[in-house]
Amino acid sequence: MSTGAAQSPTRLKLESPYNGDGVLVLADGRVFHGKAFGAQTTAVGEVVFNTSMSGYQEILSDPSYAGQFVCLTATEIGNVGVNPEDEESEGLGAVALLARAVSPVTSNWRSRQDLGGWLASRGVPGLAEFDTRALTRHLRERGAMMGVVCTEPKPDLEALKKQAAEAEGMEGRNLAAEVSTRAPYTWTEPSWEQVQLRGPAPEADVHVVAYDFGIKRNILRMLADVGAKTTVVPADTPADEVLAMKPDGVFLSNGPGDPAALGPVIDELGKLLEAQEKAGFPVFGICLGHQLLCLALGGKTYKLKFGHHGGNHPVRASEDGRVAITAQNHGFAVDAESLAAHGARSSEINLFDQTVAALNLASREVKGVQYHPEASPGPHDAADHFADFVTAIREHKASKASA
Amino acid sequence: MPRRDDIKRICVLGSGPIVIGQACEFDYSGTQAVKALKQEGYEVVLVNSNPATIMTDPEIADATYIRPLTPEDLDQVLRDEHCDALLPTVGGQTALNLALEAGRRGILEHHGVEMLGAQEEVIEKAEDRDIFKAEMVRIGLDVPRSIYVHSMAEGWAALDDVGFPAIIRPSFTLGGSGANIAYNRDEFEAMLQHALSESMRGEALVEESILGWKEYELEVMRDAKDNFVVICSIENIDPMGVHTGDSITVAPSLTLTDKEYQRMRDAARDVVSTIGVTTGGCNIQFAFNPETGRMIVIEMNPRVSRSSALASKATGFPIAKFAAKLAVGYTLDELDNDITKVTPASFEPAIDYVVTKVPRFAFEKFKGSDDTLTIQMKSVGEVMSIGRTFRESLGKAMQSMETGTAGFDWEQDVDDADLENSLSRPSPTRLWKVGTALRRGISLEAIHERTRIDPWFLHQIAHIIDREIEVEQAGAKALEDATLLRAAKRDGLSDARLGALTGTDEQRVREARRKHEIRPVFKRIDTCAAEFEAHTPYLYSTYEEEDEAEVSDREKVVILGSGPNRIGQGLEFDYCCVHAAIALSEAGYETIMVNCNPETVSTDYDTSDRLYFEPLTREHVLDILEAESVKGSIKGVLVQFGGQTPLKLAGQIEAAGYSLLGTPADAIDRAEDRGRFGELVTKLGLTVPRFGIARSADEAFEVARGIGYPVLVRPSYVLGGRAMEIVYSDEELHRYMHHAVRASPDHPVLVDEFLHNATEFDVDAVSDGKEVVIAGMMEHIEEAGVHSGDSSCILPPISIGKTVVEEIRETAVALTRELGVVGLMNVQFALQGSKLYVLEVNPRGSRTVPFVSKAVGIPFAKVAARVSAGETLAALEVRERIPPHISVKVPVFPFIKFPGVDTLLSPEMRSTGEVMGIGDSFGEAFHAGMVAAGVALPQRGLVFVSVRDDDKAAVLPVAKHLSRLGFELVATRGTASFLGEHGLRPQVVNKVADGRPHIVDRLVNGEIAMIINTTVGAQSIQDSFSIRRTTLQQRLPYFTTVNGAMAAAHAIEAARLGGQVLPPVSLQAHHRRPSYTAADAPVNRTSYRPSEAGGAA
Repeated sequence: MSTGAAQSPTRLKLESPYNGDGVLVLADGRVFHGKAFGAQTTAVGEVVFNTSMSGYQEILSDPSYAGQFVCLTATEIGNVGVNPEDEESEGLGAVALLARAVSPVTSNWRSRQDLGGWLASRGVPGLAEFDTRALTRHLRERGAMMGVVCTEPKPDLEALKKQAAEAEGMEGRNLAAEVSTRAPYTWTEPSWEQVQLRGPAPEADVHVVAYDFGIKRNILRMLADVGAKTTVVPADTPADEVLAMKPDGVFLSNGPGDPAALGPVIDELGKLLEAQEKAGFPVFGICLGHQLLCLALGGKTYKLKFGHHGGNHPVRASEDGRVAITAQNHGFAVDAESLAAHGARSSEINLFDQTVAALNLASREVKGVQYHPEASPGPHDAADHFADFVTAIREHKASKASA
Repeated sequence: MPRRDDIKRICVLGSGPIVIGQACEFDYSGTQAVKALKQEGYEVVLVNSNPATIMTDPEIADATYIRPLTPEDLDQVLRDEHCDALLPTVGGQTALNLALEAGRRGILEHHGVEMLGAQEEVIEKAEDRDIFKAEMVRIGLDVPRSIYVHSMAEGWAALDDVGFPAIIRPSFTLGGSGANIAYNRDEFEAMLQHALSESMRGEALVEESILGWKEYELEVMRDAKDNFVVICSIENIDPMGVHTGDSITVAPSLTLTDKEYQRMRDAARDVVSTIGVTTGGCNIQFAFNPETGRMIVIEMNPRVSRSSALASKATGFPIAKFAAKLAVGYTLDELDNDITKVTPASFEPAIDYVVTKVPRFAFEKFKGSDDTLTIQMKSVGEVMSIGRTFRESLGKAMQSMETGTAGFDWEQDVDDADLENSLSRPSPTRLWKVGTALRRGISLEAIHERTRIDPWFLHQIAHIIDREIEVEQAGAKALEDATLLRAAKRDGLSDARLGALTGTDEQRVREARRKHEIRPVFKRIDTCAAEFEAHTPYLYSTYEEEDEAEVSDREKVVILGSGPNRIGQGLEFDYCCVHAAIALSEAGYETIMVNCNPETVSTDYDTSDRLYFEPLTREHVLDILEAESVKGSIKGVLVQFGGQTPLKLAGQIEAAGYSLLGTPADAIDRAEDRGRFGELVTKLGLTVPRFGIARSADEAFEVARGIGYPVLVRPSYVLGGRAMEIVYSDEELHRYMHHAVRASPDHPVLVDEFLHNATEFDVDAVSDGKEVVIAGMMEHIEEAGVHSGDSSCILPPISIGKTVVEEIRETAVALTRELGVVGLMNVQFALQGSKLYVLEVNPRGSRTVPFVSKAVGIPFAKVAARVSAGETLAALEVRERIPPHISVKVPVFPFIKFPGVDTLLSPEMRSTGEVMGIGDSFGEAFHAGMVAAGVALPQRGLVFVSVRDDDKAAVLPVAKHLSRLGFELVATRGTASFLGEHGLRPQVVNKVADGRPHIVDRLVNGEIAMIINTTVGAQSIQDSFSIRRTTLQQRLPYFTTVNGAMAAAHAIEAARLGGQVLPPVSLQAHHRRPSYTAADAPVNRTSYRPSEAGGAA
C-alpha cells in the first residue's frame, strides 16, 4: 500500500452544506462557535434538546417548538432531505436548529428539497459543527435556557450575550395564540401509513372539533384514519361556539409554551367541560391539550428542568401494566397530586421520571395524554388512543341515538 | 412479573468452537447470561466444548461441562445435574439446533426440562424459510416474490410474476449447488433447466432478485407481557447480496425518514408477535427498494445473535444479560438500565454518535479461494469504531483493522477502467477501492452504479478523500495549518495517514497536533444521548470541545486487547485480557481496557473499571495514556496478553515514557529478533534449527542452500504462521520469494531448517522474575511442519519419558529466566529422534493459555497479571500441577466455506477455533474432542488409506490397529501393495489419475467411512486434491497426517470400550481431583504412538 502521493490529484467538486460561520450564545454566557446553514439571521429562543434519532423534519415543523431552538442529539442530520408528506405544519415550528453535522446531499426516494434550503425558506437559521453533546449536557445540568443564534456575518458577541441574558423566558408566554389557526378549517386527509399500507381511510362517520394550540398535522391525519372528520378551530374559540358546532367529540391539541399562560382558554375549557358533564361527548387532549385539561379541571402544572424531548420514553399503563415507547415533547408537566381532588387520576406514568403521562376522569369520557400518540416522529406504540377516542365517540353517539 | 420460583437449576448452552459465522460474540452473550442468572439466585449448569471461553471458566457457572454439544451428551448432563430448564438462545445457531434436536428426541420431556426464551415451534417457524414467508404474507408484510416450479412451462409463468433479474435456486441438491441469477430469457432457460436437473425432486425456486436493495437490521427485545423495544437499528453500507456479517454496517440507520423507520419498527413488532419469540432478544432483517421504498422482510433470528453483540456494544444496552432475565420471568420495566441507574430497561437507546463495523477476512490464508463476498458469510472477525460522525467513525474503523491500512491508502497499478469495473464485485478491499476511485476522479454516479452503495455514504467518503487531497496539496505545510489539521482529524484521518499524505511521518503529525493543541476528547456511551448522567466510563475518542473522561486519581493499569478476531489471533487472547482485568481489579488497581472488537467479553463495559473502545494503534493508545496521566498514576501498560497486536506497540509505549507491566520491551525484542534470539540460545547452549535471515531474494537462496532443503520460510513478526511455507527446492523458493512475500531490509524473511518427522511440544510458563512455574506442557499430535495452532495437542505429554520431560522443563525455565520474563511465556519445542530443538520463544500469553488453565485448574492469566504487577508466585501459592486426566485440544477448520481450497495442513494456520476433550485415557479424551469438533468417527466400515512413501512404515500400525478393530481397508495401488506385504488384505482402488471408477467415485457413492491421506510434492498434492475436497463435502472424517490417524484409531477404540458417551464429569469435579507434581507425575500413560522417538521409558 502506498500513499498515492505519486501525482497530486485534484480536489473533488463537492457541495458544502454550510454558508459561513455562526454562533450560539446562551443566557448564562456560554458560547458555541459553529458553521451556519439555513437562513442568515439572528434568532432568540429557548434552547432544548431532542434525542429522537429520526424525523428532524417533523420535529422542526412541529408548532409545539414555537419559540424554541432544537438541539438534535443525533449527529447526522439532513441525510434524507425534506418532503411535503412529512410536514407537521405550514411554516411553523422551531426557530433554530442546532446539529452536529449537516449532510451535503440528500438521499431518499421521497426527498424533494435539502434541509438547509427548506430552513432558509422558513427563515430558520441552523448552526452545526460544534459540540452538541456538550450543549446537551449543559442543558441537562442547568435546565433549558434562553439563547441567541446568529448566522449573520461578523456577529457582535457581547451584544449577543446581552440579548441572550435579557431574553424573555417561556414561562407565562402565550405562544399558542401565535401559532394557532386564524380561522376554522376542516381536515379529512389520512396519514402516510394509511395511504401506503392500508389503503383509503374509512368514510368519516364522526365529527370532531379540535382546538388548535399549535396542532400537528399527524393528529388530524390519524383522526381521519379512524373515521373522523375534524373541524380545526382557533385557540381562542369560545366554548359556546364549539358547542354550537355540535361536535361528536372535542379534541385539545398540542402546542408550545406554558399552559398556565392561557388563562382565557382555560376558562373556556372549563365551560366546555361543564357542558361535557351533561352531554357526555368525549374530550381528548394531547400534550398542551392534556395540560390545559388538567388546569381546566382545577389541577396544577409545573415546569420540568429540561423537559421531555425524545422518541424513546417508556410509559406504563396502570390498568394492564403494559409499557409503550412514546414520542414526547413538553417542558411542563401535570401535577399528579393536584388532580386527585378533582376526580381525575393518572392512568399512565412516565417510567423515566414517574411524571404523569396520561390522565382520565373516573366516570367521564375525558382523557389527556402528555406524550404524542400521533408520533411523527416516534414509535407508534400508543396510536390506539385515536381509535379509542373515536370508539368512545361512536358509543356515545349510539347511546344518544338509543336514548 | 418477578423472577420465577418454580425453576432452580438452569442449563445454558454455549456455541462450541469458533467457526465462521459463530464466533466469540456468543462467549460474550453466554457469559452475560450465566452471570445474570446466577445473580438472580439460580444454579447454572453450562455446556460448551470451547475451552477458550470466559463462560467455561470454572467460577462462572456452578457446574461446567466442557463437552461435545450433542444430544447424547446433553442427555447425560441434564440427567446427572437435575436441571429444570434449558436456555438455548444465547449460544448461537449451535445451541438452538441442539435444543431443537433434544426436543425432537424427547430428551427434554424425559428429564422434565422446560425450554426458556423460545419454544420449539417458534424456532421452527423462524428457521423454516417457507413457513416464515407464509407467516409474513399472512400478516400483510412483503417478502420477495417466489414460486416453486417443476417444469420449464411453470418457469416461464413464474418469470412473468417475478421479472428480471430472477434468482433460480434448485431444491434439494447434494453438495449445495448454489443459486443463479438470470438477467435475460436465454440465461433463464439455461439456468432453470440446469436447476431442475440438479434437484433431486426436479424442483426449483424462481425468486425475485433484491440484489442492490438497501439492507437493515433491527435488534429488538420482547418480554412475556409483549412489551417490545428496539435496541438498535443497523444499516448495511454494502447493499443486499453481501451477507450482513460480511457487510460494512453502521448504527444507527442513517438514510431513512422517520416514516420509513417506524414502518420497519412496526413490522418488526408484528414479526416478533407472529413468530412468537417468547422472551429475549432477536433480530429481523429488512430490505428497501431504494427507488420506491418498497419494504421486504428478509429473515429473523429468534435468539441473541452476532448483531446483538454489536448492538449491545454500540448502544451500551446489555441484550444477552436482559434476555436471560426476561427468560426467567422478568419484564423489561422491572429491570434497571445499568448505565443511567435511574431509568428502566424498557426504553430504546438513543445514540449521539455513529458506530461503524467493518468485517475482517482471511482469504490470504486460503490459497485458491475467491474473495468475492456473497450471501454466504466468510469473514472471521470484525472491528467496531465510534465517532461523532460517520466520517470519523469510518476512519477509526479502518485504522482498527490490523491489516496494515491507516485509512484510504489502497493504491495499486490498475487503470481507471479496470478499477471502476472491479467495484461491481464486492470484496474485502472494495471500500478502499471506492476511495481510490474517487481520488482518481471517477464520478460518484459511476461508483454508485457499480456498487449500489447509497449515495449518502459515497458522498461522505468523497468528503474524506477531498480532505485527503487538500492535505496532500498542502504537503508538510499542512502541519502548520491548525484549522486544516483539526478538520482532517474530525474527518477521521489517522496521524499515520496524514504523515503519508504530507510526506512527513506519524510522529511529526503528532508533534504538530500537540503544538496546535489538537487533542481528542473522550465521550461516554450512555444509552440516552446525554439525557441522563452516565455512571459507566465506557468511552470513545473524538475531536470535539468537551471531555467527559473524568479520569480518576487511582493507581491504574492499562490492558491492551487483541483487536479483531482473525485466524491466529482469536478469542484466546481476549480471554487472557479479561482475566488480567479481573485479577488486577482484585489486586486493587483501576483497570483500563482498550480494544476495538465488539464480539468480545473484554469490551463488555463491566469487565474493567474503564473501557476505551478504540483502535489499537500507537496514535490512539498514546492519546489514551496521555489522557489517563492527567490524574492518578499509570502503574503500567499490559501488552503481553493481547497477542501480537499490543506486543508490537511495546517499544513505542516505552519510548513514550510509560512502563510496561511485567516483561520489558527489550526481552520481547530479544525473543522476536532472530539475531538476538540466536545469541540467547547460544548463550544457554540450546539447539535451534539452523536458520538465517534474508533481506532480499538473493540472500534467501544463499541461506536456504546453506541450511539445505527443505526449509521453512516466513516473514518476520507474524502470528498464526501468516505466509509460512515449507519449501523443498530452489524452484519453490523462487516462487515464494517472488509471489508470496516481498523481502526488504525492514521486513526480512526468516529461513529455518525444517525438521522432518519431529514431534512438537508447547510449554506455557509463568514467572515472577525469579521463580518460574510451568503452567502446562503439551504434546502435539501432528508433526512439526503443521502450524501449532492447527495441531491437536495433549496435556500432559504422553509419548515421552521422564528425561525428555525434564529437558523440556529445564530449557523452558532457563529461557524464561534468561529473558527476565515477568508474566507469561510460551516456548515451542521439536523433538527429532532424541534431540530437542527450541523452535520459538514468545514472551507473552499464548493461544493455549485458556486450554492449559482449564486442563490444570489454575487461572494462569490471572496469576500472570498479578505477578506482572509485582506479586510473587510464592505469595500467590502457585505451583506446577499435573492433572490426573488427559486433556486434548482439537482445532476446527473453515475449509467448507472456501471452495477450491486444499485441506492439507501446513505451517500456515487456518483453524478458526478449538474444542477440548477430557478423559481418563488419551483415547477417551481425543474421541470427545473429535465429536466436539464435529468429526463423527466411524465404528465400522471401509477406511481409505493412501500415504506418501515416507509414511508407509508409519501408517502400518494404524492400518493394523483399524483392521483389528474390524475396519476394512481400501488403498491405492502403492499403499495397498505395501500393506499387503505386511499381512493386511486391503481392497485396491484407482487414484483419480488411474481412470474410473476411482476413489472419488466411491467417496461420492458413500462407500467410504474414513480417509487417511498423506501426500508430498506439488504434483501428488494436486492429484489427490479432489479426494480431500470430496471428503470434506461428504463430511467424512479425514486425516492428512499419520499421527492424526493413529490418534483417531485410539479414539475409536476408546469409544468402543467405553461406549460413545463418557459419563459427564464437570470441570469443577476434574479440578477437585488430586493432581501430581513434577516429581511424582506418571510417565507410563498410554500413548497412541506405537514406537515414537523418545519412547515412553
